[in-house]
Amino acid sequence: MAKLLMKGAEAIGEAAIRAGCTAYFAYPITPQSEVAEYLSKRLAEVGGTFVQAESEVAAAQMVYGAAGAGVRVFTTSSSPGVSLMAETMSYMAGSELPAVFVNIMRAGPGLGGILPCQSDYNQATRGAGHGDYSFMIIAPSTVQELADWMIRAFPLSEKYRNPVMIVGDGLIAQMMEPVDFDAVKAEEMPDVEGWATTGAKNRPRNLINSLFLDPLKLEEFNHHLKEKYERMAREEVRYENYMMDDEPELVCVAYGTTARIVKTAIDVLRAEGLKIGLIRPITLLPFPKDILRAESEKPHVKGFAVVEMSNGQMLDDVKWATLERKPVSFFSRNGGIVPNPEETVEFLRKEYERTQK
Amino acid sequence: MKTIFTRPDSMTEKVTHYCPGCTHGVAHRMVAEIIDEFGIKDRTLGFAPVGCSVLIYEYMDTDYQQAAHGRAPACATGAKRVRPELIVYTYQGDGDLASIGTAEIIHAANRGEKFTVVFINNAIYGMTGGQMAPTTMPGQRTTTSPMGRDVLSAGHPIRMSEMLSTLRTPAYVVRASLHTPYNIIQSKKALRQAFQYQMDNRCFSFVELLSTCPTNWGITPVGSNKWLEENMLPYYPLGVFKTPDDE
Ligand SMILES: Cc1ncc(C[n+]2csc(CCOP(=O)(O)OP(=O)(O)O)c2C)c(N)n1
Ligand code: SF4
Repeated sequence: MAKLLMKGAEAIGEAAIRAGCTAYFAYPITPQSEVAEYLSKRLAEVGGTFVQAESEVAAAQMVYGAAGAGVRVFTTSSSPGVSLMAETMSYMAGSELPAVFVNIMRAGPGLGGILPCQSDYNQATRGAGHGDYSFMIIAPSTVQELADWMIRAFPLSEKYRNPVMIVGDGLIAQMMEPVDFDAVKAEEMPDVEGWATTGAKNRPRNLINSLFLDPLKLEEFNHHLKEKYERMAREEVRYENYMMDDEPELVCVAYGTTARIVKTAIDVLRAEGLKIGLIRPITLLPFPKDILRAESEKPHVKGFAVVEMSNGQMLDDVKWATLERKPVSFFSRNGGIVPNPEETVEFLRKEYERTQK
Repeated sequence: MKTIFTRPDSMTEKVTHYCPGCTHGVAHRMVAEIIDEFGIKDRTLGFAPVGCSVLIYEYMDTDYQQAAHGRAPACATGAKRVRPELIVYTYQGDGDLASIGTAEIIHAANRGEKFTVVFINNAIYGMTGGQMAPTTMPGQRTTTSPMGRDVLSAGHPIRMSEMLSTLRTPAYVVRASLHTPYNIIQSKKALRQAFQYQMDNRCFSFVELLSTCPTNWGITPVGSNKWLEENMLPYYPLGVFKTPDDE
């Protein structure tokens, strides 16, 4: 199919429809209210369900109810709204419900600002809600990739019966890029009769629940969750290598929009002959830990450089993954400022020179 | 021999955990009887609250979801919107519905969500050990109002039925009580009407049931019925506050 020029936020909505999602519940918040605006019209066309909820608390709970009733459903929000969804996230993981959440991150804390940021990395990967649970966290870096992962996210959440969250920053939702919605094939929703509350016709009743009165059963359930997350870590890690084939001496780690800026900076420095590469985590959870650890063991790798729009949240994961065998340096802009290619080039050049000493 | 009284088909055989004299049991039973009478067991979906009645899903033999504290009306909205063929109801206590879940119940009612709410008003938080609820009576002693509810600092008890019936959106809003057999019969009529409106796809329906919590009130079951009549009835008048035919 021909590519459509689309704003990221609208591509989220369209990709969800292409994925076979039939329900969306949300509360408006900049910089992603266009998803709700788009879907209020589009879902009506395809006979789906849209409700503008009274809050993000309620929007997420509507997702819980609809997911429990066995349909493909999702919600989107931005940082302050995602904080309000934390309760439901924990309940959904605890009740093993599939659904997709999207966080178009803006600068925090508090009301913060509406401009792009990556400071909800910890909120996403450590679980905003209570209890031993995780979501799978995916961070696309282009509008095309955003659409592709929206289409993949639903079946992934169904495979694990656990929510999947897509995180982007304000830029990815607001910029326009060409998108091909057929790049990834949509998958049918698997049969839900075994667990969903669709009405107990010709089957025993189904129960969506996260309450365990028996601590041994709850412990067992937590072990079951742990096994699911371990399986995810074995099977779902995704990342991109950029300029990693010729034994780079400095390995950058960046995701989302920031990774695009780092690529531009690498191109500039490569032209000067500096051997710099990039590992771009696509899944922030499961994190490509083993990939980075393997990199840290290579003699030609002299250091790592993390670039993030936060005070250094993924930075901790990179230090953990590499065991700090090689120095891990850090460059960031925050508060809604996107690092520009020039300052990123300067930072990487300096770090590269340091590795040469 | 003729059977004249059995467990409703829509209830499981589990023995309830409720305290002696607690009215949750009779409310559960009436809901189950109505599901049986309407023959809708295989298309009913209930939403359990957080509160003493969280385990209602153990006692009802229909599909069930357990909702976070106060959020049942939002969850029910999600489910009913995507599966309108289901008969959906929430069962909620007064801490759940009138305190932490106030936004969810008001907006579900205001959107005219076509499900039924069974609201158990026992003027106290049962499950957590008898703390003050928004519905606790003025002067009523609870573990967090040991000198009695002071309306100057805690405000007056919230009358949910009256409040919801001010909304412009058509709805069925009724208050009944569980303190005498006569009132229980009236409560069942109200519940049946509420489910009927849902089955006719008419409107949001809300049944407030004045209930007792002998354990946390610190009164015998019989004494609790009397306390309800003397203290709650004058403040929480019974009757139909709104029907979808009011225009
Ligand atoms: C978010 C959250 N806050 C607090 C609680 C603790 N809690 C459990 S039940 C309850 C009150 C229940 O009272 P009510 O709704 O009146 O029901 P009852 O037990 O009287 O039937 C509270 C505060 C909780 N489970 N979740
Ligand atoms: S504590 Fe009160 S509401 Fe809870 S079961 Fe006992 S009597 Fe019923």
